[in-house]
Amino acid sequence: MSHWIVTPVVLPAMLAAIIVLLCRHHPVLQRIFALAGSGALLAVAIGLFVQASGGTITLYQLGDWQAPFGIVLVADRLSTLLVLLTAVLSIFVLLHAIGTGWDQRGRHFHALFQFQLMGVMGAFLTGDLFNLFVFFEVLLIASYGLMIHSGGTKRTQAGTQYVLYNLLGSTLFLFALGTLYAETGTLNMADLANRVAQIAPENSAGIRTAAVLLVIVFAIKAAIAPVHFWLPASYAEAPGPVAALFAIMTKVGAYAIIRVYTLVFPPELELTQGLLEMWLLPLALIGLAVGMIGVLGAVRLDRMVTFAVIGSMGMLTAAVALFTAEGISAALYYIVHSTLATAALFLIVDLVEEHRGSRGAELSTAPPIPGNSILAGMFFVAAIAMAGLPPLSGFLGKLLILDAAFDSPLVVWTWAVILGTSLVSVVGFSRAGSTVFWKAAEWEERMEAASDDPATQMDNVATTPEAPARPQPILPLVTIGGLIGLIVLYTIFSGPVSRTMTATAEQLFSPEPYISTVLDTPGKEIDYHGDYEEDGDGGEDHADEDQGAGSGDHGAAAETDGDTAEEAH
Amino acid sequence: MEFLVASGIGVLTAAGIYLVLRLRTFPVIVGTALLTYAVNVFLFASGRLTVGAPPILTDAERYADPLPQALVLTAIVISFGMTAVVVVIALGAYLGSDDDHVDEQEGALDTARKLESAE
Repeated sequence: MSHWIVTPVVLPAMLAAIIVLLCRHHPVLQRIFALAGSGALLAVAIGLFVQASGGTITLYQLGDWQAPFGIVLVADRLSTLLVLLTAVLSIFVLLHAIGTGWDQRGRHFHALFQFQLMGVMGAFLTGDLFNLFVFFEVLLIASYGLMIHSGGTKRTQAGTQYVLYNLLGSTLFLFALGTLYAETGTLNMADLANRVAQIAPENSAGIRTAAVLLVIVFAIKAAIAPVHFWLPASYAEAPGPVAALFAIMTKVGAYAIIRVYTLVFPPELELTQGLLEMWLLPLALIGLAVGMIGVLGAVRLDRMVTFAVIGSMGMLTAAVALFTAEGISAALYYIVHSTLATAALFLIVDLVEEHRGSRGAELSTAPPIPGNSILAGMFFVAAIAMAGLPPLSGFLGKLLILDAAFDSPLVVWTWAVILGTSLVSVVGFSRAGSTVFWKAAEWEERMEAASDDPATQMDNVATTPEAPARPQPILPLVTIGGLIGLIVLYTIFSGPVSRTMTATAEQLFSPEPYISTVLDTPGKEIDYHGDYEEDGDGGEDHADEDQGAGSGDHGAAAETDGDTAEEAH
Repeated sequence: MEFLVASGIGVLTAAGIYLVLRLRTFPVIVGTALLTYAVNVFLFASGRLTVGAPPILTDAERYADPLPQALVLTAIVISFGMTAVVVVIALGAYLGSDDDHVDEQEGALDTARKLESAE
């Protein structure tokens, strides 16, 4: 059994502990450990991705217990793709945080960052729904710390809302899991898929409730239309690099919807027929419209980007809500694109905000900041990608989604909303770009021209001293440039990429190999010393599922296994 | 017994939801605490209600399902930790802005900005 699958979870967990306990007062050591960890994580993620790209599904049994008794991690195409995306994003965000010095403005940035990575990776890899809940909590509690990193009243207030909203979401998740367990007696996803398929239609009330509760929970995480209100305030107030890292968190919700509604409640399942088709697509379109109109109406740059996140999540959900192989493959293409584009935008906005003094991220003209032209160019490219204009990957993703929606009954609405909101977002982004960057470049000329006019002179005197003359550090510019280069590369290689995505979607829609890999792999042999016979190990898994912890007697594997299981519980 | 447990969960949830919809932080936190109690009992009941049965699979017909008990333990620990975190963060926000509304208050934010710039 290869231990590489568990590395993306164990490595950040260990590193976080090392960073907290050993290098608390050594910022340089912290940075070295964090960077080395992220680099190693990227290498492991690439390895896993290559391993799964042939279509093999790899299983890791924690504590060597057979599923559904033990917790399993499963690496298939979808999981490894998102693990790789997270690893790539984390490197760029970490470099930016180090380059701008954000990591030293409060304590424990690197440790929380690693815990956040651990939660995200675990959520992508786990094959057990309760374990998914636990990893959600791990990533959330780390995100609470990151969100209020370096403090400030406004940030803490936004943090309170964020924590409360997610606390309610977690409670709802537990209600959904309880219902699911009461109906099926298992929480392993592969096992659930088998058992849900066997439920008689006349007893379907409970399982239908659970299915809808689950999608509401994931919709909260993914910020889909009626439950998106937590996002703008919290992402806008979070420190720039943290907001960029959060770009992957909404995708965790989208991933959970894709996973659960292709594996456990597949679209052809009669039991849950018509549960989501009715309203998920319209809600996604509403979310898209709300987001893009928000981009147009925002009065601050950071708010604008958060609304772009809501819009892109709407677009993504619209593709997912088709529940066809084409739709999912388009959604996967769009997930990678929108994560990179959102992160780049958040990082650019962070640099702008840093260098504009008290004007911060307001959408108003101010004296040019150092590196104005480079930043303006990068904002231009990232905005083109986000708004989905040709030639970048946003345009291709949108084309794929439009194409996938062709057979949907709501095709007219889908096309109208997607194309209409594109126009709205283009207007919004170009207005913001011209106000912040373009007019700033003309600022000095105007100031000289207006120096005779006492009124404007007063205005200038009131605003210019705020402009700090600090030079723009190089590293953040390089990381943003790297992200944008990645978007360009992603566009250039979109042929092979979209073939990979199609293969991934096909794997999702034929779940038999996944289910048989998870359920048919034997675990460890158990010696029964008691006086009862081994009669209950085949079907009656009502008994012990999450017993992975504390099985520390398994040779070389024991150490890693025990640690993860402890973290997971 | 089923009726008793079910109505207990119902009352806790109803009270929790009412409190969560309040304006200020303290009732909201109490509300989330009530909701987590409700969900803990609910999870516990999801393995069917049994009295005086051993929590292991034996040859006997009756047994108490041990898995929900493990799930409840996890849920209790997590919700306890989360409640502690939200109390600390809410306290920080209240002490910083002298205002404990959950949603953004325009006036309060202005005060907060003034306080911050005064520092």
